[in-house]
Amino acid sequence: MKQVYLDNSSTTKVLDEAAKAVFDVMTENYGNPSSLHKKGIESEKLMRQARGIIASALDVNSKEIYFTSGGTESNNLAIKGAAYSLRRKGNHLITSTIEHPSVLEVFRALEKEGFKVTYLRVDKDGFVDIEELKEALTPETVLVSIMYVNNEVGSIQPIKDAAKAIKDQNKDTLFHVDAVQAFGKIHLIQGLKDIDLLSLSGHKIYAPKGIGALFVRDGVRILPILHGGGQETGIRSGTENLPGIVGLGVAAETCFKNISEWQSKMSELKKRLMDGILKEIPDAVLNGPALGAPHILNFSFPGTRGEILLHALEAKGIYVSTGSACSSHKGGKSHVLAALGKSHDEQDSALRFSLSPYILPEDIDYTVRVLGIEVAELRKFVRR
Amino acid sequence: MESLYLISFGEIALKGANRPFFERILMQGIKKALTPFDENVKLQKTHGRIYCFTKAPREKVMDSLKKVFGIVYISPAKSCGLNMEEINNTALEVMKSQKYTGKTFKVETRRPNKSFPIKSPEVSRQVGAHLLMNLDNLKVDVHHPQIRIDVEIREKAFLYSERVPGPGGLPLGCNGKAMLLLSGGIDSPVAAYMLMKRGVEIEPIYFHSFPFTSDRAKEKVIDLCRILAMYSGQTRLHVVNFTEVLKQIGENAPNEFLTIMMRRMMVRIAQQVAERVGAKALVTGESLGQVASQTLEALSATNEVATMPIFRPLIGFDKIEIIDIARRIGTYDISIEPYADCCTVFVPQHPKTRPDLSGVHEAESGLDVGELKEQGLKDIEIINVYPHI
Repeated sequence: MKQVYLDNSSTTKVLDEAAKAVFDVMTENYGNPSSLHKKGIESEKLMRQARGIIASALDVNSKEIYFTSGGTESNNLAIKGAAYSLRRKGNHLITSTIEHPSVLEVFRALEKEGFKVTYLRVDKDGFVDIEELKEALTPETVLVSIMYVNNEVGSIQPIKDAAKAIKDQNKDTLFHVDAVQAFGKIHLIQGLKDIDLLSLSGHKIYAPKGIGALFVRDGVRILPILHGGGQETGIRSGTENLPGIVGLGVAAETCFKNISEWQSKMSELKKRLMDGILKEIPDAVLNGPALGAPHILNFSFPGTRGEILLHALEAKGIYVSTGSACSSHKGGKSHVLAALGKSHDEQDSALRFSLSPYILPEDIDYTVRVLGIEVAELRKFVRR
Repeated sequence: MESLYLISFGEIALKGANRPFFERILMQGIKKALTPFDENVKLQKTHGRIYCFTKAPREKVMDSLKKVFGIVYISPAKSCGLNMEEINNTALEVMKSQKYTGKTFKVETRRPNKSFPIKSPEVSRQVGAHLLMNLDNLKVDVHHPQIRIDVEIREKAFLYSERVPGPGGLPLGCNGKAMLLLSGGIDSPVAAYMLMKRGVEIEPIYFHSFPFTSDRAKEKVIDLCRILAMYSGQTRLHVVNFTEVLKQIGENAPNEFLTIMMRRMMVRIAQQVAERVGAKALVTGESLGQVASQTLEALSATNEVATMPIFRPLIGFDKIEIIDIARRIGTYDISIEPYADCCTVFVPQHPKTRPDLSGVHEAESGLDVGELKEQGLKDIEIINVYPHI
């Protein structure tokens, strides 16, 4: 049976060259980068190379890159690390209502510890409003965290304007950006201007799971959340995950070499999928902006249930997700679609399609065809 | 090292001429439960008790035997060499493992090994004296002792006192076989437990409606069977592909009758499978009034299509009582995993709670029942489920 994997924002297949690099590190360059002997030095060299690749992809300095276990840890480290470090300067924090749980839940935890948090609303397409951000900023505000690309609906936030608004108000207010769904997929702001902290993850860009990184601008002080042997200049203790780090480096290199080509390729695929759905499936509702990130497309099919539709597609070899994979396990509704003001029926019947450059136009056509059949079949039972 | 466990069985000792039959089944059950840990389990039977010799680790033995229906008590025995010094010291250990202070006790000796020179009453006397000499605050009462220390003189000496409760009931399989309508919920595994406790072997059937229910729901049902198999041993799960039947019902029956139509089709299909595998009854987890399909009228409507009895051991249980048992037998945590067992799409908005039979017949007239039954019967997957050890 044809297999069409349209769940690339949940996780991706590892690139062959990244997998090979990981294997080689595990079986040959297995030294601990902190060891004093030759094996250690070899490993340290590999780590430095990978750090350099990530830094140049972000257009920042190597020493501003800290490796972590992934997006969740990067977000936790950035937000908690900054909030604790700046506690004496103020206890007000700002974020948006459509952040990933690894951001939102950290803010909820900080609220319990006495921080005040403002949650910025979004419009019907999933964008935060810069004016609202400006109004929310106070002299007490020490940290703002806004995601680059929303993982469920693909809206690209006005990060440049947000950064300017924050720094215009107070240069010392830190700005964290969760770029897990943006890194390697779209061109980021040059030099990450006015961004102090930025999270990224390996497994969304064809590197293995369990590796990520945090950019911390030179001069910005955050407190570690893991204490130990003092690796990563004390910001993130624990023996470095060298296989993951090298895999991340290789995958990032490939992504950035091809970024423009892949971006336009995925944009075309996305347009083909969107046009196909709008043409073939009556009453399909687009969630989020028509443009937006090239790899994320979210539709509701009122009169069906997202989860049943997902299983029906699965039976035909097509893999998608409802909302995001993280929220689909809770059996609950998507907080993102709710924030966009979607109706219950729209929230219940939403599917997220997330693309990779390896998908073919005929895969998209097959998906649209199957989707048309399955939606019609389901509507016979659900809509009464 | 080989240890001895004394197994008492209560109820089956009462069953006159059938007793050897019950005992044989119980012994098979014990053997089956312990074989994974020790292939050379030895069993010996006396009046109302079974001697079980095994090298299996004690906690495995106790865990397994606590799941063998028909066992009332298990007494793990300590063993020692055949001389009075060792017997006395072992008796002291056994007594110390009890809360003995201020209690009365008695020593009871049996001596199947007549090559041991000291006679039973004399052994008891010596052991009793040793205990009295070494422990304070202990009194003898040969008529109504609070603690009884048993000494068995065999090729070694075995001593025991503790009585760990078993599950009770009747040995599994002594009352034939029934087919369980298993969903992923809390109730049906408990219903299975209740019937197994009365000696009925259970063969589960599950109605899978992919994509309306996910494959995770099916995995959950398999997990539940693995727990049930800890009581019954390897079991066969029948997974009916119910999707087509469900769709036909959804399209052709009035919405408020959906659940009843579905239940009736399930019973028809289950009954046919039951006949094939030699099961004599159906078992469900229904409890009166719990949901719309479990009113007296709805249950009668389901019963109407069955010719074999449908057992509903939970009929008079409150949810909280059912949950208690589910927790005890280990199915609760699996049952509450959030994968819907029966998709909400096919739950009517306003279900008929008091359907009269003529209404049910009328609702069913739009369906080709025989054809639907065949549809369900032709696509059944049989999964062998092994105990979760």
